[in-house]
Parts: sequence; structure tokens; C-alpha cells
Amino acid sequence: MRRTDLAEQTDEPVLEARGISKRFPGVLALDGVSLALRPGEVHALVGENGAGKSTLIKVFTGVYRPDEGRLLYKGEPASFGTPMEAQRAGISTIYQEVNLVPMMSVARNLLLGREPRGRFGVIDTAAMYEEAERVLAGYGVETDVRRPLRTLGVGAQQMVALARAVSVDARVVIMDEPTSSLEPREVETLFGVIRRLRDSGIAVMYVSHRLDELYAVCDQVTVLRDGRLAHTGPLAELDRLKLISLMLGRDLDEVRSGGMTRFSRDRSSENRQGDGTRTPVVEARGLTRKHVLDGVNVSVEPGEVVGLGGLLGAGRTETAKAIVGALPLDGGQVLVAGMPLRGGSTAAAIKAGVSLLPEDRKAEGIIPTLSVRENIALAALPSLGRAGVVSEAKIDRVVEIFMRRLRIKAASPHQLVSELSGGNQQKVLLARWLAVRPKALLLDEPTRGIDVGAKAEVQALIDELAQEGLGVLLISSDLEELVEGADRILVLREGAVVGELSGDEVTEEKIMATIAEQSDG
Amino acid sequence: MAELTSRGSARVAVLKPQVYAWVQDYGVYAAVLVLLLFNVLFTPHFLDASNFRTQLVQVTPVVIVSLGMALVIGTQGIDLSVGSVMALAAALTVLYLGYGWLPAVLVAVIGGAVVGAAGGALVAYVGVQPIVATLALLVGIRGLANVLVPQLVEFRNPGLIALGSSSVAGIPVIVIIAAALTVIVLFVVRRTTFGRQVVAIGGNRSASELSGLPVKRVLLTVYVISGLLAALAGVLATARLQASDPTSLGLFIELSAITAVVVGGTPLTGGRIRVLSTVMGALLMQLLSATLIKHNLPQSWTQMVQAVIILAAVYATRKRGTR
Repeated sequence: MRRTDLAEQTDEPVLEARGISKRFPGVLALDGVSLALRPGEVHALVGENGAGKSTLIKVFTGVYRPDEGRLLYKGEPASFGTPMEAQRAGISTIYQEVNLVPMMSVARNLLLGREPRGRFGVIDTAAMYEEAERVLAGYGVETDVRRPLRTLGVGAQQMVALARAVSVDARVVIMDEPTSSLEPREVETLFGVIRRLRDSGIAVMYVSHRLDELYAVCDQVTVLRDGRLAHTGPLAELDRLKLISLMLGRDLDEVRSGGMTRFSRDRSSENRQGDGTRTPVVEARGLTRKHVLDGVNVSVEPGEVVGLGGLLGAGRTETAKAIVGALPLDGGQVLVAGMPLRGGSTAAAIKAGVSLLPEDRKAEGIIPTLSVRENIALAALPSLGRAGVVSEAKIDRVVEIFMRRLRIKAASPHQLVSELSGGNQQKVLLARWLAVRPKALLLDEPTRGIDVGAKAEVQALIDELAQEGLGVLLISSDLEELVEGADRILVLREGAVVGELSGDEVTEEKIMATIAEQSDG
Repeated sequence: MAELTSRGSARVAVLKPQVYAWVQDYGVYAAVLVLLLFNVLFTPHFLDASNFRTQLVQVTPVVIVSLGMALVIGTQGIDLSVGSVMALAAALTVLYLGYGWLPAVLVAVIGGAVVGAAGGALVAYVGVQPIVATLALLVGIRGLANVLVPQLVEFRNPGLIALGSSSVAGIPVIVIIAAALTVIVLFVVRRTTFGRQVVAIGGNRSASELSGLPVKRVLLTVYVISGLLAALAGVLATARLQASDPTSLGLFIELSAITAVVVGGTPLTGGRIRVLSTVMGALLMQLLSATLIKHNLPQSWTQMVQAVIILAAVYATRKRGTR
């Protein structure tokens, strides 16, 4: 009944962004984004890494203030100073990590600040438990509400958070990847709740990379790309392929006239034949980790560039990390040149000849307090000395070789690595790995966030290394880079390999089509 | 006009980082030099050999302890247990003195290493925060030392007494040992694989893990070294006192050591270790209190001036870090 009231009363947006821009040092995270959220709709917000989704959410919830543009809430200009203000006004956010008090009882969490009081203002616990049980039953959660929240499963905790959000009279509920750690049954329950919220006139913003979920529960969709609005409209009018091409920024009709990348495709003809006679330099069998990887098989032969395709959250980075032992696994095995690798040890993987160039250069790559020289020598240190004492001469030699070969631009080898440009930092990291003479390199987004010139150089280097016999696993969200750089492409979706493309199948269209296939089919 | 101001401010912006860098790199040395000069000019008998020697001997324990502290802080950690380890070393030394002074010293040093290993294991393998792990040891090990030796025990072992009071070529043996340890730690930090790994782990732990460094083993070793050095400091202090005093030996020395490290310009955020500057930091603090005492200013004045110096050092380090 509430639905008819609200829905017919107005089709005005409850929350609206008009031309929102947000700048961070060196990045324009949001560039004039407009978006309207109407009561009684479930609105999907999608986009790849760096598209600006989380920045936009943070603008909506008062974490960030926009540099330009206006935020309208219930038709009035709104400016939330803090997340608390936004929440009081009726905008609730459910994060992947539940932000409740884990040690307190379920009931206290649910009714925090609104506990039923008895005489003298003392909390009436009996009434509180009764109320909590009643509310949670409506969300399909049957549990002892006296237990501490942390004893519940993640799904149930999320329901409590959701129930709490709704019960504090939310008009807008924003969910950031709510299903990433839920069981299928819990997902169904969640969808039921979302539909009920929608029917009662609440606007739901739903952020997820799982296409099946979007099509199951969302009415509207907004696609962000590189901080700009790429599309907004009803989801039903968009098929999967179109949605993916919008996210990845590839126009389906675009006539492609040769590549912009620096990959030469000559070697592909001689190396392409996967006759299976050569021993793979790296082979991963059945990599499994709950909610992340589901029996992933990957193999890379010497001289081969294998691409990993898929959307954000499909398990590409996790696959690479699992191979080098940087991600704990529930099951699976990694073989290097036919020899099984001890799990969970990056050092063992490196020793065997497999190294990972991580996606997040700042957090997992460079040592900002050290010089270019020390950063390059880091992994090879044990071999650059004797009896634990480093040989400065040996280090100098190695550093000089790779600084020249990779054309690293630094004032001197002793300059702090943090002072270099992103492209040169990336080259320093590549040099760090080449200095240990690997058999295989796993490159996770090797050209992200670096300038065009450095990008071309890195691509040319990948080619060159493969020609020299190195096995390369290439992860890239840049489809063109993937298609032109890789001999063979494995497409991942929701932690599983859903397709393998080789030969003439290695095209952007084919990758997108593979990602778009119904996963239940 | 507008152009003029903007150009002016641009020049300041260019100049400032260099000034900060200079202050951070050489500030301690300059401060020590200034204080020395001041004392030569205005403090009577300052240049007397005996006064000089006393100052050096007094600062020795702090220097030795702060060497280990610098390593630990380089990994983004902290070791609060050093004072209690000194006390434990004092207790163990006197307990085992019956076997001769060398075996006793050996037992004390091993004891310190074991305590360091316990802290290091908690930090590296269990994942306890360094401040919590070593705080627990600070409390517990002091208690253990007091149980072993409940009150002050004087001793007359000639070997141990000689260690504490004899000199070679006019330089106290204690000071020579501290200098030798400084050189060793300097070598470890600058020239060994281990030293580079310590700094790298402090600079970026996850990058170090992905680069295949034995992160946990290195962390454990750093705390073992800190415990070992603290025990050595405890032994030397005991030898000089000619008495074992687990109740008060090394009280609050962790704070002096942290101060020396910080004043020396090693950032608490890790990733950088400045060994010689740390020693200079310890000397600066010692010199400062000696100066003020000689000029009849109360101890409370020293503390307030020290506070100012600590803040100044942290400020200079911070500027460099945010650049």
C-alpha cells in the first residue's frame, strides 16, 4: 500500500547527481556524472576498475564532497558533511564488510539506539529480543538474537545490517557488492528482501560485477567508465553483450584497422600451435578457494603469452596470486616445469622461476623508501653477493644492464623510486623480476596507469621476452592489449574458466561474447 | 604583482624540501656540534679527559640498546622490552657468576636473545602488534628478573669488574665495545642481504612478501638482535655498577632509545635505518642533560628541552616523508 502511495505520487528522483566532478591529485575520478535514483527502483551501478563507482558512492554517502556539480536529495540541494548525516537523512549503505558491532548481540545491533525501554529508562531486554526476532523473521533469518553478531554467518550478518538500515527509515539503500561472500541460497533471500524494499518505495542502488545478478534483480542500470557516464537507462533494453562493451569501452561496430599496441603478431604463427607436446613452464590445476576461485586450470608454455580475460572480480588477479603462492587455497596444485610447487610460499615460486608483477604497483610493488637501485636488486639480492654480504659491484652491473635495457628514466640509480613516473616505476618492477631470470612472468595489468610511451615500451618488451622463451601470463582489462598481446586467451567468470580462445577466435568480440554467456546455461 | 608573488612562493616551495632534507640528514650532527662548541666556550673543565670519559660511559647502554631499536623501528616495529631484558641480563649474570664471568655473560646474552625471539615470534608468526607483544614482555620479564634476584647483589668477580672499569689507551672498554657494535650494526644494515631485507620489509611488507623475501624470519631475527644487544647493555651496566640491580636497571631506557632513534631521523613508519645518526641522537640527549646540569639548571628543564628536540626531529622526518 505504501508503494502505491509513493510510486504514484511522484516519479521524481529521490536522489540525484547533477554534473558531479571529483578530483584527486593527478586523477579526475568523476567527470560530470549525472544520475537519477527514483523511488521503487533497483538501480545497478557498474563499471570496471577506476571507473569511479566507489567515488560516486562516497559522494552520495557524504564521505567525499564533489568539486563540481550538485547533489539533490528529495528534490532539495543536499550536502552531507559526514556519512552520519547522510545516514540520518535516510541514505543507508551496506558494505561488503558489515559495519556493525561484532561482539554485541544480534538484537542490540539491530535495535542499537532504539532499544525498547522499560521503567527508569532501563532497556527492556525481553521486549528487545522479541522485537528483534520478529523483524529478522521477516528477512528469513532465524537465529538466537541473544548471540553475539559475530557468531552468525556473513549472509545473516548482512541481513541484520540490511534490516537495521531499513528500520531506521531509509529512503535510499546503497549496496556495494553485497553478494561477494554469500552462498547461493543467501543470495536468493537477499534478492527477496531487495524486491520487497523496492515494492515499498525504497530506491536501491546495487553495485556488482555479476551480470546474472544484475539481470535478476535490477530495473535500471548506469555504466561508468573512466570517471564518465557511459550509459544510463532501463536494463531490459540492454543485452549482455552491449552492457559488457559499454563497461569495457569497446564499440561493437568499431571497425578495427590494425592495432594501436606495440605487439608484433608475427611470432604467433609459429608459436600458436598448442600441440601439447611441450611441457608447460607453469601449470595450475584446479585452483580453488571459496567464493573466489572455482577449479581454475591454466597452463603456459615457454614462449607463449596466455591472456586472462574477464570482468573485474572474475578471479584473474586471484588466479595469478594463487599461482605464486600469495593466496591461500582450499585446493589445487601448481607445477613449474613439471615439478609440483610447495603451496603458500612466494619464495618457493620465485626460486622455481615464476614471479608476479602485481596489479597495485604502490601497495604491492615498489618499496617507496628505497632507491631505484635497491628496488631493482631486491628479489635477486641473495644471488648478488656471497655469504649474506652483498656485492655492490654485482648490484651495479645488474642495475645498469636493466636500467639501460628497459630505458628507465631516473636522475641516477640512487634516486628514490617514489619520485619516478608510474611508467618508470613499472619498468623498475619488471627489472626486479628480470634480474632473477624467471622462466615465467605473471603480469597483472602491466600497463595500467602509465603513459602512452611507457605503455608501448612495456608491450614491446613482453613480446621480446616471449620470443626469448619466457612464458607470460597477461592480465589486462584493455581488450586490445589482450587480443594483440596474447596467443591464447582464457576467459574467467565468477572464479571459473568459462572459455578458451585461440587462433582466429582471439578477438575482442569473442572475448566479450564469452563473458556475456549465461552462466547457468 | 600576482606573478611576482607566485614566483616567490614557487621558489620557497623549491627550497623547502632541500632544507628539510638537510635538517633530516645532518641536523643531529649539527646539533651535537653546536652543543660541543657551546660547552667548550662556556663550561669550565668540559674538555677534561675524565669528564669526557664519564659522559661516554654513561651513554653507552642507551647507544647499544638504540642500535637494536633502530633495526626494529626500521621494520615499522618497536621493542619496549629492552629495559627488562637488561634487568634479566643483570640477574642471570650474577646467578651464573660462580661458573666464571665469561660463561655468566654468555648465559645472560642468550637469555636476552630468547626474550627477543619470544617477542619476534609473537610479532612475525602470531601477528601480534609489536607494541603489545613487547609491552607484555616489558612487564613479564622485569617480574622474572626480580624473582631471580629479589634485591641488589654486589659482587667481587675481578674479571667482570675489569670489564666495567678498565681502559685501553685511555678509552674505557665499555665504550670500545659500544663503538665496535655500532660498526657491526652499520655493516649489517649497509652491506648485508639481511640489512637490505630489513629496510625493504619496513618500507613495504606486502611488496617484500611478493618479492620472495623471508619476511617472517627477518622480523624474528630483528627482535632477537634487539634482545641480544639489550642483554649486552645490561651486562656492561652491571659490570660498571659492580652490582646486579634487576629492580631498577634499565628502567625507561626504551624511551631513551626510541628518542635516540627518532632524533637521529629514522622515521617510525619504517623503511629507513640511520645507524650513525641514531648514535648521534643518543649522544645529543646525553650532552644536553650534562650541559644543563653543569649550568645548574634542574633536571626538569632538561626534560622539557628534550621534548622540544623530539618534536623538531619528528617534524623534519615527517616533511621528508610526505614529499
